[in-house]
Amino acid sequence: MTFSESQLLDAYRRMRTIRDFEERIHTENTTGDIPGFVHLYAGQEAIATGVCIHLSEKDYIGSTHRGHGHCIAKLCDVKGMMKEIFGKQGGLCAGKGGSMHIADLSQGMLGANAIVGGNPPLAVGAALTAKTKKTRHCAVSFTGDGGSNQGTTFEAMNLAVVLQLPVLFMIENNGYGEGTGADYAVGSKDIAGRAAGFGMPAVRVDGTDFFAVAEAAGEAIERARNGGGPSAIEAVAMRFYGHYEGDPQSYRSAEELKRIREDSDCLRIFRARVTAEGMLREAQLDAIDAEVAELIDEAVAEARAADYPPVSELTTDVYVSY
Amino acid sequence: MAKKTIREAINEALRQEMARDPDIIIIGEDVSGGAGGSGEEDAYGGVMGVTKGLIGEFGRERVIDTPISESAIMGAAAGAATTGLRPVAELMFVDFVGVCFDQIMNQAAKFRYMFGGKARTPMVLRTMIGAGFRAAAQHSQSLYHLFTAVPGLKCVMPSNAYDAKGLMIQAIRDDDPVIFFEHKALYDIADEVPDEAYTIPFGEANFTREGDDVTIVAFSRMVHIANEVADKLAREGVSVEVLDPRTSSPLDSDSILESVEKTGRLVIVDESAARCGLAGDIAGMVAQEGFEFLRGPIRQVTVPHTPVPFAPTLEDAYIPSPAKVEAAVRQLLDSKRRRMSA
Repeated sequence: MTFSESQLLDAYRRMRTIRDFEERIHTENTTGDIPGFVHLYAGQEAIATGVCIHLSEKDYIGSTHRGHGHCIAKLCDVKGMMKEIFGKQGGLCAGKGGSMHIADLSQGMLGANAIVGGNPPLAVGAALTAKTKKTRHCAVSFTGDGGSNQGTTFEAMNLAVVLQLPVLFMIENNGYGEGTGADYAVGSKDIAGRAAGFGMPAVRVDGTDFFAVAEAAGEAIERARNGGGPSAIEAVAMRFYGHYEGDPQSYRSAEELKRIREDSDCLRIFRARVTAEGMLREAQLDAIDAEVAELIDEAVAEARAADYPPVSELTTDVYVSY
Repeated sequence: MAKKTIREAINEALRQEMARDPDIIIIGEDVSGGAGGSGEEDAYGGVMGVTKGLIGEFGRERVIDTPISESAIMGAAAGAATTGLRPVAELMFVDFVGVCFDQIMNQAAKFRYMFGGKARTPMVLRTMIGAGFRAAAQHSQSLYHLFTAVPGLKCVMPSNAYDAKGLMIQAIRDDDPVIFFEHKALYDIADEVPDEAYTIPFGEANFTREGDDVTIVAFSRMVHIANEVADKLAREGVSVEVLDPRTSSPLDSDSILESVEKTGRLVIVDESAARCGLAGDIAGMVAQEGFEFLRGPIRQVTVPHTPVPFAPTLEDAYIPSPAKVEAAVRQLLDSKRRRMSA
């Protein structure tokens, strides 16, 4: 699979935006101005991007509690996201959802989802719409190693195979479900193999390698669009931060954290490859870095300056009509 | 006008709406039946035959048999509804909600609010309720109170065939998730049902008997028990008003309060639950909003705080009976007479 220069620049911009967004939330969160709790996606950028680079706004994705990266990769408005995370007016969900529920249906983003294993059945539903209406669109369910152990995921996979639905189960194995290791909690140690057992093509890829993810996802999504039914990909990439911000992470060693940053930084790996192979120039990437930094600065400033929603909105939008 | 059973009325509503709108699909376990087997297609048409014949008209792409996977069915319906279809999903028995409530309660019900008013989830969840079939604890409950407690859901429980058709068409055309509770003991109850499509708005109670002495509020099958008691007492000159709210969410509180203002006495008959059920909910509402209308205590005739039992003697004692409802009404009237003679 070959990528054009503009596709690679686009991919880098999405990954860089996710990284800067998350690093900045990590800092902002220490001020106490972000209500509730947040789960950061840093370290896994190549996965969301490698998948979403193949999708249009008419294709749907379902996400997880660690959903900022999926939103950005699906081109949700970054400023609207930041306002939402601060619980402010103008947020993508009008301040009613927060970090764990950011959604933008106009971008095909069916929502971050605070229930582990919550979205696979929903993504199957979006795929059912595509199949019924014969749109050639597809759906992607992002789940983790934790979600891969949920019954909802098994049910969704089986139903998708039975109905031959255009859906990709994208399982991000980041090594931990909350504070418990995947090596302990995933009985077979082989999530892709387990998905294959449901009767769909499934592969395991290096989730720090944008190219590996993008190739596997491209193949699966093409198959889905052509009526070939569901697929699964297990992508392995460690998260840089804890389960939630403030997580002391005593379940893993300081050496492990250091090693992840040094050896498994998908942005660094991407940059090294595209520049070494002459696909992109350092200056192009530096320019994106600068633009993204500015965007994130603006997003934080605007989110901080925005008002909280008025109390009159407490009871609105429970129903379309009641 | 032709007489049709509730089963036929719901089937007709589904057929007419599916013919009108190609975005409507039916999805669930054995909604046709026969998929993948060596026998006939449409072997079941739903375990109670409610969706019988629809696959012949609309095909397997719109009448979709599923594996026994309730979370996947509910989630697929919710996901399809937010992305452009209008699914009518079937949860065979409401008791099975235990394995799939997340997809209803945390997903479908919350999309609109949680996403800041941008989502629409026009799905209907058809499900069976009710004791009386000797089906014991896991196939006999009337758990509509659980769904009524969830903001974002609408809850509908028709007591007759006319309402069943009009409420089903309304449910399908509604843009919010609607839970449609069908009582398994009522499927063969027949009424005059117009052939053409019509809707009945949610949140509008139906007065099945008019009266001045006592108000009985009842849902689903309990409406028939209330009517029976009202008819019996009418022969003694006692005038009982029976009010069927038809939907528990939204609830027609205004009609309940107006009736209680007129009669001053309230009996609520409810098959859902003794604790935190619809009877308690309505009693609380009337105590708060209409206390000054009341001339005696609010009487709740509910199932006991037990699982549904199996043995016929026990199950019969479990279900609110006409005798219990009549006793509750008489108690209220006796307290009136006592007060008048004091």
